[in-house]
Amino acid sequence: MEKLNAKNLTNEELFYGHKACGGCGESLAVRLAMKILGQRTFSVHPAGCMSAVSFNYPHMCFTNNAIVTPFAASAAVASGVVEGLKALGIENTQTVVFAGDGGTADIGLQALSGAIDRNEQLIYFCTDNEAYMNTGIQKSGLTPYGSKTTTSPAGKNLPGAITKKKNMFEIVAAHGIPYAATASIGYLEDFMIKVQKAKETKGTSFIHVMVPCPTGWGYPSEITVSLAKEAVDSGLWYLAEYENGEFNLNRNPKEFTPAKDYLKKQSRFKHLTDDDIKIIEQYRDETWRRIRKNWIR
Amino acid sequence: MTKKFICGDDAVAEGVRLARPHVISAYPITPQTVTVERLSEFVEDGSLKAQYVHVESEHSALACAIGVSSVGARAFTATSSQGLLYMAENLPYASGARMPIVMMNANRSLATPWSILGDQMDSMFLINSGWIQLYVEDAQEALDMIIQAYKIAETKEVMLPVMVNLDGFVLTHTYEVVEIPDQNMVDKFLPPIRMPENSMNLDDPKCLCISAGSDTNLEFRIKQEMDMENSVPVIERTDKEFGDMFGRYYGGMIDTYQCEDADAVLITTGSVTGTARIVVDQMRGEGKKVGLLKLRYLRPFPADKMAEVLKNAKSAGVIDKNISFGFEGTIFTNVNSAVKQAGLTLDTLNFIAGIAGRDITKKNIREMLDSLLASAMGEKQESIQYVNVRCKL
Repeated sequence: MEKLNAKNLTNEELFYGHKACGGCGESLAVRLAMKILGQRTFSVHPAGCMSAVSFNYPHMCFTNNAIVTPFAASAAVASGVVEGLKALGIENTQTVVFAGDGGTADIGLQALSGAIDRNEQLIYFCTDNEAYMNTGIQKSGLTPYGSKTTTSPAGKNLPGAITKKKNMFEIVAAHGIPYAATASIGYLEDFMIKVQKAKETKGTSFIHVMVPCPTGWGYPSEITVSLAKEAVDSGLWYLAEYENGEFNLNRNPKEFTPAKDYLKKQSRFKHLTDDDIKIIEQYRDETWRRIRKNWIR
Repeated sequence: MTKKFICGDDAVAEGVRLARPHVISAYPITPQTVTVERLSEFVEDGSLKAQYVHVESEHSALACAIGVSSVGARAFTATSSQGLLYMAENLPYASGARMPIVMMNANRSLATPWSILGDQMDSMFLINSGWIQLYVEDAQEALDMIIQAYKIAETKEVMLPVMVNLDGFVLTHTYEVVEIPDQNMVDKFLPPIRMPENSMNLDDPKCLCISAGSDTNLEFRIKQEMDMENSVPVIERTDKEFGDMFGRYYGGMIDTYQCEDADAVLITTGSVTGTARIVVDQMRGEGKKVGLLKLRYLRPFPADKMAEVLKNAKSAGVIDKNISFGFEGTIFTNVNSAVKQAGLTLDTLNFIAGIAGRDITKKNIREMLDSLLASAMGEKQESIQYVNVRCKL
């Protein structure tokens, strides 16, 4: 199969006409993934931005078969779709979940774990914009340290969120999943190749894609893609895969761009002091020491 | 046709095997567990060709069934008590999306205080969930109603999920001789599922479980309510067809016993009906005009049929294995509303009984009927009576 790139990607659109904010990173990831997955895809969406902007009767924005699920249940509903299609003898289809960070790392984690354990033939995307954006920017398990949200205010006593971001990629990998990857809409070809790989995987696959949110992060909508790239270049996000029981780092920058430059472009981090930024850099460096040691072969 | 000596949970599993679901989503909870155990054995030995999914919770059990139904396949799951409440948000989800899922619920008490024994607090909690709710009296009826439930649920003018309720332990774990219908007869009675209008499919892709704003939402609900009402004739017709084919007719929405000239009628659901029938026989032998009305369905509520039976009675009493705290038993509220709407003026009494497996004895039922007869004679009775109580009221 020819390597996917911007030139050979289909012009056919499966997901369009939705009401997402200008500059929405999540809708970009979903649109691109659907182009690769194709019309015979059954897409499964828990409560979240994508379901809120795309399924308003009578205005439907997916041309493929699509279903909205209870918030906690996306991987379980998707399992039912997979097993139902199997029992009916319907072949050559894809079943795919697009869930946000809260829908994956918090309320949807149990159902996701069950689906991976059963090795259901589905692709699970965690489209991560680092907070509950649909309900108005509340802290989730994937909100990073120092991020100001409407439930983790920054003030005299707290610097915003005080938890580290849950390590979803390795939590998923610990199940022994056939294929898992992290990705970013700042590196679209890398993302596309990973979607293609997931599509060809036998068993469950998981892609954790970073999707900046201008509304929730507080930055001008035209820099969504470059900001996503900067998250990777500054080492605050990484591109990696887990396959055949082994981790692989796809991108290993010789040096990071300054974390401060990335953080200070966003109003959610504008209150951070140099000491707060040092804590963030310390987390980053610990992570990279560990993954460089273990994931580079 | 064969006969087996099996418990209520087994009978449900036998009914499910005969109904040939495509997918079973299974999670254990006492006293339902035997059903999913037995189904796993049927799938293992090849006597049931279905996908058996070991979900990781009741929430996922019903969510998985929603996924199965969303592609037009036949789904089965089973639960009880805490499990039913854990999956609660998925109940209106499935009914609103018009998914003909069949679920067995082993009626069990709710914590706290914890008890694994039977009452109807669990299903009564979900009476507003948009599911057809039926209650069976014995293991045979359990098996038969699983088969009927699929036929009713999948009828085009209904397309609603059905909850088949069995009293925990009293039915789920009691062994009885049960007739197992022949597969070819069941196949004739229950055709393969067909629901192209409301399922996702490749020929005509659809978006399901959509949002509807204040400009259209009410109309979706009204259609749902109209189809719940449409299910009444379908339920009656299906039970008659079943009776013609298998020789067991249950009376449709309700079953009655000795009600024709009864002054006092006791209204029951589920397994207590058997005990009540014996007491009615005894009291009839003493010349007392008592009768028995078994509610087979609580949703849709058989208001008209019940009122027709009660029109000449002087009093009616409702056994509620539940308490709607702050008011009364839930079935009693429903019965009173139906009585009022029908313009009947009989006295009604509520008997709160059988909570967390507390026995309802023949003596208890006789006391209920005596109270109803006294009420029929114009003697004032407590309108809400706790039965077989061990504390001061």
